[in-house]
Amino acid sequence: MDIRKSCTQRMKKLLIALTLLGTLAGCAPIQPWVKPYEREHFADPIMSFGRDPISATYIDHVFESREGSRGATGGVGGGCGCN
Amino acid sequence: MQLTVSAKGWRTVVSARLGQCAKVLAALCVVGTPAIADVLPDDRADVMYHNYSGGGITIQGPSVLVRKKVGDNLSFSGSYYEDLISSASIDVKLSASPYHETRKQEGGSVDYLHGKTIYTAGYIHSREPDYEANTSYFAVSQSMFGDLTTVTMGYRRGWDNVYRDIRVNHVIQNDPNFHQQADHRAYTLSLSQILTRNAIFNFNFEAITDQGYLQSPYRETRYADPTKPDGFTLAPQIYPNTRTSNAASGQLKYYLPYRAAVTGMYRFFTDTWGIRGDTFELDYTQPAFRHWIFDGSARFYRQNAATFYSDLFPRANYQNFEARDRELAAFHSLSLGIGVSYEFHIPSAPWINKSSVNVHFNRLFIDYNDFRNALYSLNGVPGYFAGNEPLYHLDASILQAFVSIWF
Repeated sequence: MDIRKSCTQRMKKLLIALTLLGTLAGCAPIQPWVKPYEREHFADPIMSFGRDPISATYIDHVFESREGSRGATGGVGGGCGCN
Repeated sequence: MQLTVSAKGWRTVVSARLGQCAKVLAALCVVGTPAIADVLPDDRADVMYHNYSGGGITIQGPSVLVRKKVGDNLSFSGSYYEDLISSASIDVKLSASPYHETRKQEGGSVDYLHGKTIYTAGYIHSREPDYEANTSYFAVSQSMFGDLTTVTMGYRRGWDNVYRDIRVNHVIQNDPNFHQQADHRAYTLSLSQILTRNAIFNFNFEAITDQGYLQSPYRETRYADPTKPDGFTLAPQIYPNTRTSNAASGQLKYYLPYRAAVTGMYRFFTDTWGIRGDTFELDYTQPAFRHWIFDGSARFYRQNAATFYSDLFPRANYQNFEARDRELAAFHSLSLGIGVSYEFHIPSAPWINKSSVNVHFNRLFIDYNDFRNALYSLNGVPGYFAGNEPLYHLDASILQAFVSIWF
């Protein structure tokens, strides 16, 4: 009986600890898994989506003028977070 | 005295398609301008000459794009684009005579940076003799999760005026009895995510709705007519006056260990006209010799036909909606491209941080599955009649030459 009571109390403490931990974790900001100093490759122009907007816009226009599909090309831009 | 309503058959494509350039450009601007959500784009200027040649059509002209920051939070951009069109395409040869025309387009936008958010607003105006397109757009871009993620949401509104040219006393002018309008709305969502220190992923979604006059006033369908020597008769197209489409794409870019980048892209498209399109693209970028950057690309595209498309309808007024635009046919295409850029500094212009001269060349091959070369039966080539002509095939060359400066 004492063993069962002890186990129950331990389980309660464990649940409280997990709940507290979860609550605190929910408040914590998400840590970036790629640190700013690890993003030097994204500062390289070759890693840019649509390195030359004037060219990307034109070639997308050429295709869109001849196809039934349109939109969602996303040719230019996109985030990099390399600053 | 209407000589040729279809006197500019290919103008269909040019007007209805090239005339939509403003929307295309706006879409790109909305989705793409905020490259980094808490950093305004670089100050730069580009001047380009472009040339498309294929299928009896040559479209060439200049294009200019300038972007400049004012203070720490504002960035303005202005653009000018021109198409000089010379057309003797298969569509023109089928029912009309070659023509020349010019399309001009101007645009402007402003970006405002506030914290980790960029607000973008812009306007584009495009005009040609028989088509006027106006587009306004607005987008919000937000950087989050330690700048690993950037989310962009955009809205675009377009309103067009469609006219039809007729020839009166050898002078081409707008038909005073023809004026149609079209309205377009687009909603975009873009997400950019840094995955690892070498990989970045882009997701784009775009929903577009159109209402109004969505067809060309020049293009025609054809139906079987055994009483004619060539076996067919031309008839006006009848499009639905609404269209809704959804497109989603994913792009993955990876930085290779020896300073090169490879990009893979897939786009899925579907609309209420029954078209489903798949786009696959692979790009490779290789810097070399300190000042040079070489690019290579391969793009494959395929689509099925719209539900109301047919190369040859069995009879006149066969169904409610009828179309024979090649863009609505079933086809697949392959585009192979190469590019080279040379970066240099101008010692006599210290205010220019960097300059580059660039040449890109693409070769486009389109194979239509259900669009036939009606010129065979029209010209009475022995052994050919309506419905058994060879399938149409199009090869085109696309050249871009441009100079860029960063200041």
